[in-house]
Amino acid sequence: MIEFDLARQTTRDLNAALHAWPSRSDGDDKTVRIVNPGGRHALAVGLNAPVDVEIIGPVGYYCAGMNQHASVTVAGSAGVGIAENMMSGRVHVKGDVSQSAGATAHGGTLIVDGNASARCGISMKGVDIIVKGSVGPMSAFMAQAGNLVVLGDAGEALGDSLYEAQIFVRGTVKSLGADCGRKPLTGEALAALRRLLDAADVDADPGDFNRYGSARRLYNFHTDNAGAY
Amino acid sequence: MCGIVGLFAKTPKYEGRLGTLLAGMLETMSERGPDSAGFAVYSGGDDGMLKLTVRPADAEPLPAFAETYAPRRCGSHAVLTVPLDESETVIAALNEAGAAVVGIGKRMELYKGIGLPAAVAEEFDLSRMTGTHGLGHTRMATESAVTTDGAHPFNTGPDLCLVHNGSLSNHASLRRRLRSEGIAFQTDNDSEVAAGYLTWCLNRGMSLKQALDRALEDLDGFFTFVVGTESGFGVLRDAIACKPAVMAETGDLIAFGSEYRALAGLPGIDTARVWEPEPATVYFWERAA
Amino acid sequence: MADTEHPGTLPRHSATFDLHTLSEIRRAAATGIYDIRGGGAKRRIPCFDDLVFLGASVSRYPLEGYRETCATDVVLGTRFAKKPLHLKTPITIAGMSFGSLSAPAKEALGRGASIAGTSTTTGDGGMTPEERHHSTLLVYQYLPSRYGMNPDDLRKADAIEIVVGQGAKPGGGGMLLGQKISDRVAEMRTLPKGIDQRSACRHPDWTGPDDLEIKIEELREITDWEKPVYVKVGATRPYYDVTLAVKAGADVIVLDGMQGGTAATQDVFIEHVGIPTLAAIRPAVRALEDLGMHRQVQLIVSGGIRSGADVAKALALGADAVSLGTAALVAIGDNDPKWEAEYQALGTTAGAYDDWQDGRDPAGISTQDPALAARLDPIAAGRRLANYLSVLTMETQTIARACGKSHVRNLEPEDLAALTVEAAAMAGIPLAGTDWIPGRSDG
Repeated sequence: MIEFDLARQTTRDLNAALHAWPSRSDGDDKTVRIVNPGGRHALAVGLNAPVDVEIIGPVGYYCAGMNQHASVTVAGSAGVGIAENMMSGRVHVKGDVSQSAGATAHGGTLIVDGNASARCGISMKGVDIIVKGSVGPMSAFMAQAGNLVVLGDAGEALGDSLYEAQIFVRGTVKSLGADCGRKPLTGEALAALRRLLDAADVDADPGDFNRYGSARRLYNFHTDNAGAY
Repeated sequence: MCGIVGLFAKTPKYEGRLGTLLAGMLETMSERGPDSAGFAVYSGGDDGMLKLTVRPADAEPLPAFAETYAPRRCGSHAVLTVPLDESETVIAALNEAGAAVVGIGKRMELYKGIGLPAAVAEEFDLSRMTGTHGLGHTRMATESAVTTDGAHPFNTGPDLCLVHNGSLSNHASLRRRLRSEGIAFQTDNDSEVAAGYLTWCLNRGMSLKQALDRALEDLDGFFTFVVGTESGFGVLRDAIACKPAVMAETGDLIAFGSEYRALAGLPGIDTARVWEPEPATVYFWERAA
Repeated sequence: MADTEHPGTLPRHSATFDLHTLSEIRRAAATGIYDIRGGGAKRRIPCFDDLVFLGASVSRYPLEGYRETCATDVVLGTRFAKKPLHLKTPITIAGMSFGSLSAPAKEALGRGASIAGTSTTTGDGGMTPEERHHSTLLVYQYLPSRYGMNPDDLRKADAIEIVVGQGAKPGGGGMLLGQKISDRVAEMRTLPKGIDQRSACRHPDWTGPDDLEIKIEELREITDWEKPVYVKVGATRPYYDVTLAVKAGADVIVLDGMQGGTAATQDVFIEHVGIPTLAAIRPAVRALEDLGMHRQVQLIVSGGIRSGADVAKALALGADAVSLGTAALVAIGDNDPKWEAEYQALGTTAGAYDDWQDGRDPAGISTQDPALAARLDPIAAGRRLANYLSVLTMETQTIARACGKSHVRNLEPEDLAALTVEAAAMAGIPLAGTDWIPGRSDG
């Protein structure tokens, strides 16, 4: 195991070392432990190897941004844009996350044990996001592909201007955004949700969720829908 | 465009370290606002008296008459303690002498200056200040000049001040409207308009809560405000809430920061409740006087 | 007498309700949607044509053409990046997406720029392997939609351009209509085929300069501080925007005036939002000078650059380089009169075709139709672009030599005079024959 102490080392030291992985790997142990993150930004960004990174404490903006292959765990809260544009791998935040969690992410899995604030999953492009708490307003805004699973409640304007992403919410939804509608929980959807819950080690009944998706009314312009744009 | 910090002591435990903690918070927000910084601290306060925080004109001494009011010098500023019934006369005389009265309040003292937050905090020896609560601001100027007058907080009335992160989109017309209603402005700063707006609301007899609720109707654009009062502070974000805001609460403290980094050094933060204020929602914390 | 015919007055069209305006009202009434089109502002606005150079004569001495050197090289991204871009000419190719343009068109741009020793730029839709392959220096745009954005391509890029806005539509998002969303475009953008694509006007995970600073730090960390980070803004409040982009940590500022083109947006946006390129440069340069960053942070100007004269004027006003979009498309074959019959069939004429959003471009450039795209030979088109860039470079040198400069970057505002009061005021250049700069308090 490699340990980084950000009270003594810089963000640059950390990311440079992680980018050099696995040439710097210590035998077969692929774990990197980071202590004293202190809410610093851009920690463990641009990773491109199957390394396990464990951050003990809160992180700032864009932690694990553009992640590929790596598994990043944050034992604390995360700032704006956790796992933004993630391609693959897994990011697990044990606390709350700020705005724009998983923004534009293409793949991989983002798991949030606490709550996510506004715009969770904005413009998501294939990522699976599982939030065990609640999500804030405008979540899944313009979401294109992937799945957003919320065990708690969703804020205002959920799924506004949605494309083909799927949203599952177990609690209440304050309001749906433009062109977002409730969809039947088909067998296929239930199976997909079961897979997502299992991947996040969540013990919940898929049948307790509501499913939301694009009503597809905004897919091609019609003047009578102009108010929704 | 900026960084905001705020700290409110629920119990006396950290009152003696309020300045030290606030200075640390302010410094972590340097990158968000390297142009200027300022802070307000609430402490002491005698019935029937007002504290005037005064910045004399450049390189000028404090006017001689000010010596009557036991001036306490602090960096480039000085705090006068003035009987309530003399305050209007004294403020007029200070203005006449070219000195800026940057803060007026029974308990509030307000300091600001150009430069990096650490340097501003050091000039005024913030880390030695004590008090029940305080708030601070680091500024990255957007469209208005980098001047001491343009630094936050803005004093909006006795013991009231405001700090802002964001960019208002209708401040020019709002400034014209408020001017016609007798509100004076020193800068082209959009945040000063928000402060002037609150002053105007309060002058019309609204409570601070009512004023902040109404601000959601009348102010357009992006904002996160923290407002200090004699006994507490309030937080308000616009309906879109793009500008960041993090809050933390422990048994002894309530803290606000533009980023978590600002809160990271606070005592008990590891076990604090940490959350983000909701859009278009007025928050308010107050301590029994 | 009474039955003599009176002379009639000629029919008179209203200047307010001219024929184009009338046709627009009828079109809006029939369709219920605003006019969406490509290109930049079409109406006459003050431009570089309203400036002239003061060539050397007795008080100053010119350089001899061809024999006495007049260098044109420029280095972009010298502030923080480990690997700045070294260009042979200060004329670059602006961001244009695969999706809005066909694959052969993108390839032609890459080929032409590479021959000329300059850079080309991706667009809203990601980086194609073809354009990376054919571009020696490729700038990767980072846009609000993040279509096709991925870290592998980020690492392959030579520079990163964070797009905040563009001259055609400062403050607006994009709209690529369904006709152009082919299988490949849909896949690159993770969208269903054939639907209208709405792109956001703000970035999904930052707003404002304080957060932009953190975003720039992230992109630098991901790419190990190697690549220059550009920030592109549409020209509206250039003094403030340039100041803030520099404060946020940009290596290069790209400033796009209202003549700058777009693949598709509302006509009302193109013609009525933003300021002319001519008016944008001086405030931007003043911002850099006030920060002590002129020439430290490089300024690229775009929007309506057509000739070496335009290039020289932009440089003289303080730019470090320029960027071409529309002109580059014309060089590779856009609006070529040889397709006149087909333009007529589309209800337009060669030179006026701007329905780039429709995907029916006879020249095979703004289309995803395989048959139309196949009309463009990327090798020949690339050569045409290289020729054109070479002409612009030589024209710029010609003017610089006439002004006695051994490097084009030494052109300066004092080498210019303005022909109109408007241009004098906007560019801060004295009206020819006077020392009067309208609007300047000390003028």
